[in-house]
Amino acid sequence: MSVKTVDLLVIGAGPAGIAAATEAANAGLSVTVMDEQPRPGGQIYRSVETTSAKMDKILGKDFLEGRPLVESFRASSAELMPETLVWNIGSDLTIDYSTAGVAHRMQARKVVAATGALERPMPIPGWTLPGVTTAGALQILMKTSSIVKEDCVLMGAGPLIWLVAVQMIDAGVPPKAIVENLPKGRTFAALPHLPKALRASEYLFKGLGLIRRVKQAGVPIHSNASALAIEGEGAVKAVTFKTGGKSHRIEATSVALHQGVVPNQQITRLVRADHRWDDSQKCFLPVLDNTCQTSAPGVYVAGDGASINGAKCAVLQGTEVALHIAAALGKSVDTGRIQRLKAAIARETSVRPMLETLYAPAQEILEPADGTIVCRCEEVTAGAIRSTVDLGAPGPNQVKSMLRSGMGPCQGRTCGLAVAQIIAARKGETPDVTGYYRIRPPLKPIPLQELASYDPAQEEEPAEDGVAAE
Amino acid sequence: MTGAAQMAGNIPSADLIVIGGGIHGCATAMYAALRGLSVILLEKETVARHASGVNAGGVRRLGRHYEEVAISQRAMELWYGLQDFVGADCGFNIAPQIRVIETEDELENARQRVKDLNEMGFDHEVILEQNELREYLPAVSDHVLAGLACIEDGFAQPFHTTFAIAQKAKAEGVRIYEQCRATGLKQADGVWSVETSQGAFKAPKVLVAGGAWGNELSSSVGEPVPLEDCAPMMIVTSRLPHFCDAVVSALGRPLSFKQMPNGTVVIGGGRRGRADRNTNLSEILFDELHLTAETAADIFPIMREASIVRTWSGVESILPDGIPVIGPSAKHEGLYYSFGYSTHGFQLGPGCGEVMAELIATGETKYSLDAFAVNRFAA
Repeated sequence: MSVKTVDLLVIGAGPAGIAAATEAANAGLSVTVMDEQPRPGGQIYRSVETTSAKMDKILGKDFLEGRPLVESFRASSAELMPETLVWNIGSDLTIDYSTAGVAHRMQARKVVAATGALERPMPIPGWTLPGVTTAGALQILMKTSSIVKEDCVLMGAGPLIWLVAVQMIDAGVPPKAIVENLPKGRTFAALPHLPKALRASEYLFKGLGLIRRVKQAGVPIHSNASALAIEGEGAVKAVTFKTGGKSHRIEATSVALHQGVVPNQQITRLVRADHRWDDSQKCFLPVLDNTCQTSAPGVYVAGDGASINGAKCAVLQGTEVALHIAAALGKSVDTGRIQRLKAAIARETSVRPMLETLYAPAQEILEPADGTIVCRCEEVTAGAIRSTVDLGAPGPNQVKSMLRSGMGPCQGRTCGLAVAQIIAARKGETPDVTGYYRIRPPLKPIPLQELASYDPAQEEEPAEDGVAAE
Repeated sequence: MTGAAQMAGNIPSADLIVIGGGIHGCATAMYAALRGLSVILLEKETVARHASGVNAGGVRRLGRHYEEVAISQRAMELWYGLQDFVGADCGFNIAPQIRVIETEDELENARQRVKDLNEMGFDHEVILEQNELREYLPAVSDHVLAGLACIEDGFAQPFHTTFAIAQKAKAEGVRIYEQCRATGLKQADGVWSVETSQGAFKAPKVLVAGGAWGNELSSSVGEPVPLEDCAPMMIVTSRLPHFCDAVVSALGRPLSFKQMPNGTVVIGGGRRGRADRNTNLSEILFDELHLTAETAADIFPIMREASIVRTWSGVESILPDGIPVIGPSAKHEGLYYSFGYSTHGFQLGPGCGEVMAELIATGETKYSLDAFAVNRFAA
């Protein structure tokens, strides 16, 4: 007798997850996909099955590319468990998860973490004020509720800022201003990467097109801004910044921050997979072998959780990882297809070095001022972290023990990267040496009552001659 | 400081080498330095990396093995002054420790225990009857009959405490080598040579305070003990309105429970996960941990409203009789042990540190260590 077993558990129903699940199911594996959201699509294709025709027009062609992807996933034999939180993965790949307030257990033979990206923490003065959100969150609001934020300044940098701005313009509620915090000289620095990037030139033309649309719409754009801050007491009142030695202040009731996206490492950290620091993406990436498997046996990663490469690449990687897993579980797999997928991924990623150079976070984001809060849950400042390092705390886990940074409900999901970088900079070492928080289950908070009533032994399926209780 | 210096012929030496940077190693090093000994402390990772830095933080005399009571009492006296002594905030708070009593049998056992302790000359444990218990624990479940309590015990922040003791030890001249793993002990002409990942260190006296790893070194000199890895598991909840000042455990089932000053509740107590000291890893087993959640909710119904934010565990170890190895080697001159604290060593830290420093410096101590002898398991 044992708990329900599946060949493959996919965590996350975004492009990578549903591509992996569809491919694996079609290869004859039993596949379950768990996602916290009610519908498949992930963040990028959020609610793609249910958005209105009007919203479809605003969100655009790229968004609608998710629809056939979701359709083929729905048509496959893969089982979707929506509104389900995976909160623990054992070293033997037992999965503890919760659906509708009840905890359950499942046994997986292989796991794909397809949990995508998170927006990079952007600790600036005032970023914890009510009324401050992120560009990603603004877009989710549009996709799920057709709500567009009014009186909103977009602050930071990255392709998503321009996309969200255009979507807001198309929805008739343009942003009040765009404050871009890239240091001068970035275009020049990115130029050497242009020839390679031209292999996937459609991304470049798309990006330039978005910027042009924002300019045409008359949205004020402040480039090369520094000393970003948000003013207000109890709520956002204004944003302040400098450009070319001149101080600016723009009154607004809401601010959306964005500083690019980084892999969501909570799952790969939970299973204690090896990670490495990627100095071009300025984040940690899980170390993967040539079958996309982490150092934790049986745990694979596909999509932005492996490295930030976008939705199209995520689909290719999801497909690739499914083929590797099918092969590992004894199915015959066309190796030529794997080679073609790898080639397509290489083409898709050719634009990344240029984007990463262009949009690398400004130093004031990577090394916030002493007074700036870094860990929002426990209100720990950059200065407190630095003093604790000076006192002799060798890394993030000791700083966590001393200051409680990363001990709040988000377990460092928001601040972890910033904390690791602050410590690394203070000690004059690379984040590879500094390391990261140890991540503990549950991955997200669960009610104590739910754990108290959880009895994995009762999850066991009756043996074949067993009689199910009435 | 590392192997390079030693290749030049300068083998670091001292009067005493302490192996292990947990609370017992650090406290012994600190008290030994205060007695005028030159001390080197070797830690295989970083100070307070394991049990001393991540335990539940109970500073508890309540319910101790009778053999431990005298040292535990001394430790408590030191705890009251520890923050001033080390000059740092250890998060130490005096608070009652209370074991809730749920059956008549348990109550009878508790009364007998108080009587035994009184006969031994100790009066720190008392019975709290029904009403008195509810003055201390208004939120306790109606079915709880009474409590066995130690009113002036407490709790502290384990990492802060051990780190602060290490800092104080440093200030008193202790040379601490981190990332320095002791791999072997050799004695020649009355001098011990400790082989490490950073080369050799020498001293006439060596203390093994290696926690769950202590047995590796004692075994290497012919004094093994049946120490087994274990992984106590802890739960941390979201912040709740203040409802409990005491540190609570249960007489009849595994539980330790306390609400921190910030409102979060830390629940632990006995349920074990999977531990492997060779890989430094421990793993939470929810098959077991759900029982801890159930017990907490049974004894404090208010806990049904809480959310679990995090769980944690760590590599610990336990001896068959549940008490540590403390005292001199039974076979070798100049070698001492203080390890295997079997999941309850934190409170004893300052006390055993002082006792071991005295024993090492002077050759004697007024505390009887017979029950903790390293050779007590030898056939």
